[in-house]
Amino acid sequence: MASLKDLRLRINSVKSTRKITQAMKMVAAAKLRRAQQRAEAARPYAERMERMLASLGAAVAGQPDAPKLLVGTGADNVHLMVVVSGERGLAGAFNTNVGRFARNRIRELESHGKTVKILAVGRKGATYLRREFGSRFVGEISFASKKVVGFDDAAAVAAQVTEMLEDGAFDVCTLIYNRFKNVISQIPTEQQLIPGAVPEQDEGEAHAGPQALYEYEPAEDEILAALLPQNLAVQVYRAVLETYAGFYGSQMTAMDNATRNAGEMINKLTINYNRTRQANITKELIEIISGAEAV
Amino acid sequence: MATFQLEFVSPEKLLLSRPVEMATLPAAEGEMGVLPGHSPMIVALRGGVITVREDGKETERLFVAGGFAEVTPTRVTILADEATPVAELSKSDAADRIAAAEAALLEAQDLTPEKREAAMARLLSAKAMLDAAQAA
Repeated sequence: MASLKDLRLRINSVKSTRKITQAMKMVAAAKLRRAQQRAEAARPYAERMERMLASLGAAVAGQPDAPKLLVGTGADNVHLMVVVSGERGLAGAFNTNVGRFARNRIRELESHGKTVKILAVGRKGATYLRREFGSRFVGEISFASKKVVGFDDAAAVAAQVTEMLEDGAFDVCTLIYNRFKNVISQIPTEQQLIPGAVPEQDEGEAHAGPQALYEYEPAEDEILAALLPQNLAVQVYRAVLETYAGFYGSQMTAMDNATRNAGEMINKLTINYNRTRQANITKELIEIISGAEAV
Repeated sequence: MATFQLEFVSPEKLLLSRPVEMATLPAAEGEMGVLPGHSPMIVALRGGVITVREDGKETERLFVAGGFAEVTPTRVTILADEATPVAELSKSDAADRIAAAEAALLEAQDLTPEKREAAMARLLSAKAMLDAAQAA
């Protein structure tokens, strides 16, 4: 049986662990709220962009020289996976989930004879995938040094993807990230970026007037050529924002559990400590009494 | 006076959404004033200042670095790459930006025409920013 001193040390160490996890939980909660607000704030732009793209896409659809960003290269051999993950650990299974999801997809694609290239956004996912797929890496982007990830950062990722497409480095581009469903559940999701799906015109808009009535200045294809890279950046930005919100949500839950477990552990240890202490006192008493009787 | 709904969004947030009487946009092919009932258009924007009129007065002046606008008879949606109120622009920022854009243009000299054009657009946008900062 552990001595009293050992028990006391262990209780203290678990107590300080609990303090840390509790603090981390609070910090994660505060950051989660901010991340959620940012995700919320980015939504209007994405919605309007989608609406504009819907009317433009319909105008350009079917043209033989439609931009590559919209229709892809026509082939389906080389897949680029953009995997977005968190920058830090201690967030439960958050990074592992997205990593595992990506790994399964990559294995599946490779078993069908496709070539896979990986562009990892976020340090943790990169570390996870590098072990098995190190040779498929074409790039790794980390926002660890940034305090806030802005639209510019996402645009830089999108620019890299566009450049690769122009060089003919891939045919299909897929974005893999953790979709933020709510604080306790994040769902690894894949979203095809290139060839892009033209968003459907929603009912109300369609009835408001046929889209052919729009005038374009400059011409449709020129606007589309400028709008598509921007749209790509918006998609990446959204994935990054969702990842961050999800990450803090996951971290909050993980730290909450850790705090609770530490509390249970402390209770158990304290009981153990008190029992040991009592046993020691009893033992001492017995020793004294039997000593006195012997005299 | 008649109004239309003006929505002004940047990738990071919704900047403005309210009924206004008139808006002037720096469209890629020239300044463009929009009144209620304008025919539907989708235009690309270059760097420049967007002005908004309400109650017969000019109420907002915002600099945009570029973007797109969707015009319908009852609504105008501006998707700005980046937007700053003109009063908050600083000349030194604009000068820095011009320097960066000039460097990018030099670098793009022997690249594809599209890249050269993009660098040129960036320089023009930066120059428009300086003009707006000086006028403010």
